[in-house]
Order: sequence, then C-alpha cells, then structure tokens
Amino acid sequence: MATTSSMFMYSLTIQPPSAISQAILGQFSGTKEQQIVTACGSRLTLHRADAQQGKITPILSHDVFGIIRGLAAFKIAGSNKDYLIISSDSGRIAIVEYHPAQNKWSRLHLETFGKSGVRRVIPGQYLAADPKGRACMIASVEKNKLVYVLNRNAQAELTISSPLEAHKPQTLVMAMIALDVGYENPIFAALEIDFSDSDQDPTGEAFENIEKQLVYYELDLGLNHVVRKWTDTVERTSNILFQVPGGADGPSGVLVCGEENITYRHSNQGTFRVPVPRRRGATEDPQRKRYIIGGVMHKMRGTFFFLLQTEDGDLFKVMIDMVEGPDEQPTGEVSQLRIKYFDTVPPASGLCILKSGFLFVAAESGNHHFYQFEKLGDDDEEVEFSSDDYIEAWEPAYFKPRPLENLALVESVDSMNPLVAMKAINLLEDDSPQIYAICGTGARSSFKTLRHGLEVSEIVESDLPSTPSAVWTTKLTKDDEFDAYIILSFSNGTLVLSIGETVEEVTDTGFLSSTPTIAVQQMGEDAIVQIYPKGIRHIQAGGKINEWPAPQHRTIVAATTNERQVAIALSSGEIVYFELDVDGTLAEYDERREMSGTVTCLSLGEVPAGRQRSSFLAIGCDDSTVRVLSVDPDSTLESKSVQALSSAPSALKIMAMDDASGVSTLYLHIGLYSGVYLRTVLDDITGDLVDTRTRFLGPKPVKLFQVLVKKQTAVLALSTRPWLGYSNQETRAFTLTPLNYDPLQYGWSFTSEQCPEGMVGIENNHLRIFTIDQLSNNMLRESVPLEHTPRAFVKHPKEPLFYVIESDPNTMSKFTKDKLLNDPSLMNGDASPLPPEQFGHAKAKGHWASCIQVVDPIDTKSVLATIHLEDNEAAVSVAAVQFSSQDDETFLLVGTGKDMIPSPASAECGFIHVYRFDEDGRGLEFIHKTKVESPPRALLGFQGQVLAGVGKDLRIYDLGMRQLLRKAQALDAVPNLIVDLQTQGSRIVCADVQQSVTYLVYKYQDRNLIPFVDDTIARWTTTTTMVDYETTAGGDKFGNLWMVRCPSKVSDQADEEGSGAHLVHEKGYLGGTPGRLESLVNFFCQDIPTSVGKASLVPGGRDVILWGGLQGTIGILIPFVSREDVDFFQSLETQMRNEDPPLAGRDHLIYRGYYVPVKGAIDGDLCERFLRLDSTLQERVSGEVERDRREVERKISDLRTRVAF
Amino acid sequence: MADKLRAQQQLEQLQARYVGTGHADTTKFEWTSNIARDTCSSFVGHAPLLEYMALGMGESKEKVRAMMIEKMVQPVGKPPEVQD
Repeated sequence: MATTSSMFMYSLTIQPPSAISQAILGQFSGTKEQQIVTACGSRLTLHRADAQQGKITPILSHDVFGIIRGLAAFKIAGSNKDYLIISSDSGRIAIVEYHPAQNKWSRLHLETFGKSGVRRVIPGQYLAADPKGRACMIASVEKNKLVYVLNRNAQAELTISSPLEAHKPQTLVMAMIALDVGYENPIFAALEIDFSDSDQDPTGEAFENIEKQLVYYELDLGLNHVVRKWTDTVERTSNILFQVPGGADGPSGVLVCGEENITYRHSNQGTFRVPVPRRRGATEDPQRKRYIIGGVMHKMRGTFFFLLQTEDGDLFKVMIDMVEGPDEQPTGEVSQLRIKYFDTVPPASGLCILKSGFLFVAAESGNHHFYQFEKLGDDDEEVEFSSDDYIEAWEPAYFKPRPLENLALVESVDSMNPLVAMKAINLLEDDSPQIYAICGTGARSSFKTLRHGLEVSEIVESDLPSTPSAVWTTKLTKDDEFDAYIILSFSNGTLVLSIGETVEEVTDTGFLSSTPTIAVQQMGEDAIVQIYPKGIRHIQAGGKINEWPAPQHRTIVAATTNERQVAIALSSGEIVYFELDVDGTLAEYDERREMSGTVTCLSLGEVPAGRQRSSFLAIGCDDSTVRVLSVDPDSTLESKSVQALSSAPSALKIMAMDDASGVSTLYLHIGLYSGVYLRTVLDDITGDLVDTRTRFLGPKPVKLFQVLVKKQTAVLALSTRPWLGYSNQETRAFTLTPLNYDPLQYGWSFTSEQCPEGMVGIENNHLRIFTIDQLSNNMLRESVPLEHTPRAFVKHPKEPLFYVIESDPNTMSKFTKDKLLNDPSLMNGDASPLPPEQFGHAKAKGHWASCIQVVDPIDTKSVLATIHLEDNEAAVSVAAVQFSSQDDETFLLVGTGKDMIPSPASAECGFIHVYRFDEDGRGLEFIHKTKVESPPRALLGFQGQVLAGVGKDLRIYDLGMRQLLRKAQALDAVPNLIVDLQTQGSRIVCADVQQSVTYLVYKYQDRNLIPFVDDTIARWTTTTTMVDYETTAGGDKFGNLWMVRCPSKVSDQADEEGSGAHLVHEKGYLGGTPGRLESLVNFFCQDIPTSVGKASLVPGGRDVILWGGLQGTIGILIPFVSREDVDFFQSLETQMRNEDPPLAGRDHLIYRGYYVPVKGAIDGDLCERFLRLDSTLQERVSGEVERDRREVERKISDLRTRVAF
Repeated sequence: MADKLRAQQQLEQLQARYVGTGHADTTKFEWTSNIARDTCSSFVGHAPLLEYMALGMGESKEKVRAMMIEKMVQPVGKPPEVQD
C-alpha cells in the first residue's frame, strides 16, 4: 500500500456551514405552500416557513458533494410543482425534484457541458430560468453561455434539449437574468463587458472607453436557436440586474443597478433613472455613493414592487408607474420609476418574500432573519424620489434611516458565519468541553459559546420538605388522557399529590403513606398498584384494597410493571410474576424463579396494542448479567437469553422505538453502575439480544425512564447529567444528547392539560417539571455581542476570561465618532445616533476602528472592558505571554498595524502593545508599545519570552521597562509572511501565508533560530496546530485540510546537542530548507478552515482534530486505530460513491481532491449517508462490503458517538 | 505538410474553445493576463474565498464580486507596444 498514507482520518461534519450563498423560493412539494431552498457550501437545504408560528425550520439538508454555484426554480407548463436546477462545479447541469413523501431529492436530468471545477469559461456562475419554465441559460464569467430548452413529453415528463450556444469571446458577464416576456420567445438579459479592444490597445485609450452593455439573448423556439437580439450601453458601474414583470403583469424589461443609480431599461421603452438615496446623519459621509447589492421583486394582485438593498443594509422600495390610457387603465408604457426608503435589515446574500407575508433575509454575516410585513410602506412619510426629477440634473438624494417600521422580526436563525476563530475548552467543569467562537462582522459580531445539549424549558420548580428517592405520575383509569397524581417516595414514607389547577397533597387515595414506594402503576381498567418493600397494594376503583404481603423475612428489592403485568424481585433472589386476570385481580404465577445473584433491576415492556401481555421480562443481576425471560403462558419464566456486561446493571428498560428505517423495533436499554449505557435490539420472537451499542454517560449509575417527546417515545437516561435518547428527526438515527439541566436523581413522564409532553424529575429536594420543545437542534448557543469584526482571541491563563481583538477597515473609529457627535455645529439637532447593531458602523475610507474586548462568557455573559486603539492602529494578533524576566507574570500582547491597506496589503508600520492584567484579568493596563516595521501577524509565548512573526522574520523579544527587547531573530524564516506560530519544546512551526509551514529549531546557547524543514506544496495557510512533536495539522485558504509530518531522521538531527553549526551550514535543497515534510493527510472540505485544534469532545472520548470553517462549519477528523477499520470504511466509501452518487453530478473522489489529491482521509459525511439510503440499497451496499446491514450501521454510528455528537 | 497544417488547425480549435491555451508566440502579457483572469474568476466562483476577501476588506460580498470582475478587464495593466 505504498500509495496510501500511514495515517488515516475519518472526516465528519458536526455542524454544517451556516452561510447561505443563495436562497430561492418555490413550491417544491407541489402544494400551494412556498418553501425556501438555500445553498450553504455543498449543502442544499429545504426550509419550511411556518406562517402561523412565524418560524422557519429546515426539513431536509442534502450534501451534494460539490460546490453549489447557482439555483433556479421553474415550473413546466401545466404543472404546479417547482423543479430545481442546480449549477455546480461538476460541469453539468442537474435538474432535481423534491419528493415530499420520502423527504428526498431525486435527479431528473444531468447534462454534461464542460470540464469540472470552478473555471473562468465553464458555465455555472450564472443561472437563469425563464419564468414560464420553457428554457434556462447557464453562463460563465467569460465567454460561454448555454441555453437549454425545457419541455414536457406526452407522459408529462420533463425533457431537456441539447444545449444551444450563445458564446461571445473576450466578453465578461457581470450579471444575468431571465426576462419576463409572458409567452413570447424567452429572452435572457446579461450585463457584459467586451474587453477585446482594450487587450490590443497599448495606449490604454480603449480601456478608458470600455462600455458596459445590456444584451438581450432571445431563444427562438420556432427556429431553435439563440440570437443577440438587442444591446445597449448602460452605466459603466452597473453590477446587478432585476427582472421586471412582463406579459399581463407589467411592462417587462430590467432594472440595471450601478453606483448610486437604478435604471429601468427595455428594448421598446424609454430610460428611467432614480438615484440610490444616501444616508443623512452626523457620522455619515455625505459624498459616499451606494451600490445595490441585492434585492427581490414581488408580484401581488396585479401590482408589483422591488425591495432593493444597499451595502449598508437599507432596503428601498422601488415602484414602476405606467402611463394611463384614455380609459384610465394602465397601458404597457412606463411613465416613471419611484424609490423610497423602506427599512433596514442586515446586508443579505438572498432575500425571499413569501406570499404569506414574510421576508426571509439570508444574511451575508451573522444570523439570518425572518421578518413579517406589517405594512408595505405605502402611506408613510418617507420622501419619495421619482425618475421625473432625474432626467437631466443629478442631485444626490438623502434619507434618514430609522428603526424598523414596516417589518417586524419574528425569528432569528442562528448562524456562525463567518467563524473567525474557535477553541474547545472546558471552563464549566462539565464532563466535556464547550466550544468558544468569535463570529460575525462589524457591529453584528458576537462571541459564541456552544455546548452539546438540548434546550429544556422548566414549567414548575418546587421545594420539598426532604429529599425524595423517586417520583411517579399516574392516571386513574385506562382511558384518562392526563395524569392525576404525582407520587413521591421518601426514605420513610410516600406522599401523593394531585394534579389539577394547583398541585396539592391528597391523603384519601388508598396509597400506603407510611412506607417508601418501589413502583406505582395504573392497572387494568381503573385500578392502581403501589409496590412497597413489604408487599403489593392493589387499589380498586371503589376504594377496595387488595394486599399481597411479601413472604416472611424477605422484602421486595425491585419491581417492574405495565398495565397488565407485575414482576417483583425479592431480597432472596426470587422472581415473582403476576398477571391481571379477567376479573381484574392480580394473579400470582404459581412458580417462582430463583436467580443466582441479587436482582438489581427488572423491566417489562409495554403491552403492545391488541395483545394481552408483553412477552419478555428482563432481569439485571449483580453478577453483571442481564437475563431475558419469557412470560408467555406456555413458557413462563423460561430463560431466553443472557448478556454479560462490564458492570452490574442499575436500570433496564424494554421499549419499542423506531429504528433508522422507520420500523418499530423492540429495544432493551441497559444502564450500568459504571455509568455506561447500552442499547440492544431485543428480537421479539426469540428474545435474543443483538446489535449492542455502548455509550459512556458519566461516572454515576445510570437510571432509565420512558418519556414522550415530540410524539415519539424517547428514553431519559440519568447519570451525572440527564440525557435524552431519541431518533433524529431528519436522519432517524438514534441520538443521545445531554439536557441543559441540573442533574436529576429520578425522572418520570408527566402529562397534563397544560403540558401534554412533560417530564417530572427530582433534583435533591426540588421537584421539577419540564419539557423539551425541540429536538432538531442539539447545540446550545449563547452569544455575547462584540463591537467590531473579531480577528483573534486568547484565553486568560487561569481565569475563564477571553480577550478578543477586533478591527474594521474603512470604518470610523470611536474617537472620531464621539468628536462628531459631540460637536454641536455638526449635530444640527439630530436625534440620538442609531444603534450600530442594526445600522452598522459609520464608514470612513482609510480609517480603522479597532478595539480589545474582555469577554466573560461564564458568569456575567458580557463584555467586561473595551480598549479602543487610537492613531488608526488596528489589532492583528494577540497572545498571553508569561515572561520569566518578570517573575513569570503573564502579560497580554497585542500586535497592531498602523494605516493598513487591506488590498494590496501594506502598512505604515506595526506595534506590539503590552498590557498588564488588572483585577484578575477583568481589566487591562497599558504598559508600553514597541514599534516594528510591519504588523506582527503572529505572537506566541515561548520559553518565558515572546515569539513574534514580523513579515518574513521571526523574532524573540523579552519584556523591558520601556519596550520589548529583541533577543534573537531569524531573517527570512519563511518566504512571504508569517501568519501563525506553534511551538513545542525548542521547536517552532511557522505558517507562511502562501508557502505552507516551516519548522525552526531554537538553539538556546547561540540564540539562533534555524529553519530545518519545509513543505513541498504551496499551501496558503490560514491556521495550524501541532498534533504531536513531528506533525502539524492545518488548513488553507482554498478549503483544504492537511497534515504534514517531519521525517524522524530530520527531526532527530535538528534536536541533537550542538547541531546548530551543522544546521546553519547545511546546504538548502531546491531553494528551501535542507529537509522536506511528508504529506500525511489531504482533504478538501470546501469551507476555509480558520481554526484547527486537538480536543476530546465527549467524556471518555479520544482526542480528535476539531476544525472550524469560515462559513460556520465545525468538523472533526477522527484518527483510525486499526487497519481493519480503515479497510472497511474505504470499501464502504467506494460503495457509497457508486450507489449514492452526488446529486449535482460531481465525482466525489475528485471533489475531495479538488486541489491536492485526497490522501489519508475517509469522508464520514458520505459514509453517514448510508443511514439515509432505502433498505434495498442498504442491503446492497452492506452485501458489497460483506457485512450485515445492522453491523454497517453500528460501525458508522459508533465511530461518531465514541468521540463526538 | 498536411500534418503540420492539421496540427495547426487543431491547435487553433483548442485555442478557440479553451481560453488561455497557449501557443509558441504567447507573450508575457497574454500569459499573465490569463493567469490573473483565472484567479479573479476563481475568487468570484468560490463563495468561501469571496467571503474571506470581503471580510478582510470590510466590504460587501457583492461589491467585491463586481470589483473582481471589473479587474478581469485589464488585470495586469496595459498591453505592451507591438514591436514590428
């Protein structure tokens, strides 16, 4: 196996990207309901918008294993179902259909037209479908355009033609849409730039005179070819087009938007132009011109309007008026264009207006918003600007932004995009770490805390006189819908509470209150059974009580019941079995079965519908076994199967739950004293226990209870934390998630009128009633708002505090803003400034706004202190460094750049600021700053000093009284720019912005930093981490994850005593260092990794590599331990590629090896799609990999659950 | 001679179909323009890359996209004077 890696990683996504690149509307189910389809990276997600609740919920998320570049929905004539066209990097056009019954996409057509990959001349960048669903055009940035004719055949099936070409060489396309022309020949409009002349003209005159053109391409359906029908010059700055309704609905044509103008154009109409109004305000630059970055057209009841958005997020309503004919009816001729301010929402990459009166805003950064229209801004006092006033003169228009008036926010969909940095640290003393991340841009930035868990809403919390040991709820008769009593068992008695308007104690229930209780059950039609250590009390409806006393000198130690059966275990190890007979009395089975050890727990399943009894009794003994006995009449108490366990079982529960394929299956859930939870399938014919899955919950004995959540049976498992086991709503895979709740000692289900699906639990001497409202999101998020775009953060060495550095280019700093706001001459009576969270910070070209914020995510969940940087400095790096010269005191170091220009990157100079931690780090005291030639992009504590990457140079500084003192340096340590530093021992790993990583060794004696090994591939590194002394994992700007390792010989040589002189004089190899790194793992993950680190995510789990991507992806790489597993998953991956090829037609293997051939990595996301296949395909795949279907399933889910969630 | 002609024709066909296919007389200007245009179109086509740049520049993604396409018109400056 020379071609494969010596190391294999299993790549899994634990949180999909949340950046939406496009959002479109359609009736994909074929019903009237409008749904939203979004493209997030390689994922296609279908959302349902619930108008009643004002909520948007994902229904289906499908990974297409390709880069989704464009989406378009269309209906063919006579159909009311939308199909979806996907343009991706596959070089193919895919048309897919949604099947609501199976909840999946299926592909109707896949037509190849070019090479794969995102290329300049391969169509895919632009996609537009004719509004009548007759054709679609797919275009590239330069030259190529293809038109496909869509039609239907006699069977009403969709057909697609071979492509018609409309290429024009040396022409760039800025935007493309389909025109609404009713049922005339379909027309597509494109904004084009022809650069053929400027490429030939050395004087540059042709370049100056380049024009931007609006071009109409007409598809002649009769002749079946495409012609350039009409061209006209438009504004040079135009960047975006919008479709204007045509046919019976409007004048047809397009809106062309460019710098500060919106123009209506059509081949047979005049030109109408309105300005994009500028903001008025004390901090606004009155000269700044806006662009339209997106928008949406909405048709309703014979009229239509546009909502167009500027880069500030301001929405403008644009309307088109028609010339009225003699009969006062509008004609097809346009008379004017009007624009007015509507509202301000976050800048969006997609806007959708739903017919039900909602606006979905897929934000460019931060949370996506779902708004409800309150009004349409028809009769407010906003100034309206008409094209009539802008025929000749061009006066800028102004408006005053104001808080939302026409829209009301109903839901904010959490999004991590852009995720700038992330760390997994355990600060809560939980059994697993939390993820801390800095996300967002500008004033919409936030510091987020993520924990694995389900949100719990508490309904009642009440104190009890002492600590109960158990709690039950029960109804009174079989037909009751709700529970009537809560029964609490204490060490010396039993308390019965009745559930009604209030919960109060009742005494006349027939329960024996002077003894603790072991079990309570509603039995038969209308009786209740109380089991207590000395016997069984059968309380009949009329108050008649039957007692079954335990035999002399024995007590009942464990019991299990269902509505027809009771089984108890005596202290002698005997099992006594009862069943309800026809006249409603409990009849004891005449034999008792003696167990070898002490019985710790028992379980009977629920009586299946239409049956007399549950046929199995599970018994857990302290000899670490579980036995399954039959309780069928012809084989009562006969042993069926035995399972040996690693520890004595503490709880058992036989439950029927839906398995992954949706079939109800009987499971035996087992909790152990060691805190391990097992789930095995109980064969309902033979009673055999098969397919055991194990999970460690926490170091406390596990208790198990059956509850109802979202209409599905779920298991509540209590250990150090409460957990819920349920089947995932989308994948139907069994999922165990901790609840975000106090540790409970006992739990039970609870149903009442107010709370039909509740749970009741005991936490010390508190009784708690709670519900779980949703199962779709198993990550708990908390967020602390930040002021500017976060760039990096560090944790305080001891305290649970974080220091976030933030900066925004071209933004007015706080000092300038305060000055402007406090200047009475400039204020001219303006009201208080607008909150930046909604309206963004004021822009100022060439200025930076930057600050350092101290964030406490644990106690106060807020920002404790903010230090703004002056003099147009902006923070670029941060580190907490311990200086041995200062008695090992830790200081905060912040690297800044002065007068930086982002592109092409340059800066006046850089500084390193030193701050002392005040009040245990709650504040920062500035000490001094040291000037360096360029912004130090990386800082790192190193052997009691600090390492700084300044441009290409690596330096070591010590802390002096007035500034940092340079102690050592390596000039040109990397070829371009050091962006990240890692260290272990004397080894330093420098990441270059363009040239991967270089390892250096620090020779302490001669104060020498010597590069000794570098990489063979140019990786535009964004982040790195040292996995071990030799190995580095990292990510690059093109979306690759990789691991490289230093050969052991090179590594040993570098660390040899006194090898410094040898290393310095060793001859470099091919212009680099003497050694070369070996590549171990290469994997294309599409999102740009912005942080990589080692972490153990679940209690008792192994270390994995946790990475976070810019678009909000959180993924892990799990190292394989055994070669067999690698072989198994490799063959499974191969089979999955064949049996479930990517939806958009991308070759999976090539996709994962987009830039560098995939190596040493197995795509877990593809393997997990196995769980979503239908059972015949599952059988086929598992046949090919020579395993049982259940075993494949188990292997896939084990790999995930052992280390992650 | 016919072979040479055919090879020539094939090359021309390739050049027409695949923009950027070089030939014996490719100038530095043509080559660098081609590379720069490829780069810009890749920035525009890969959403995370575009977002990364927009984040660095503090601009809207749509503006960066438009900027990149504008840059493709003349990415490496004016063409050189033609030497006779």
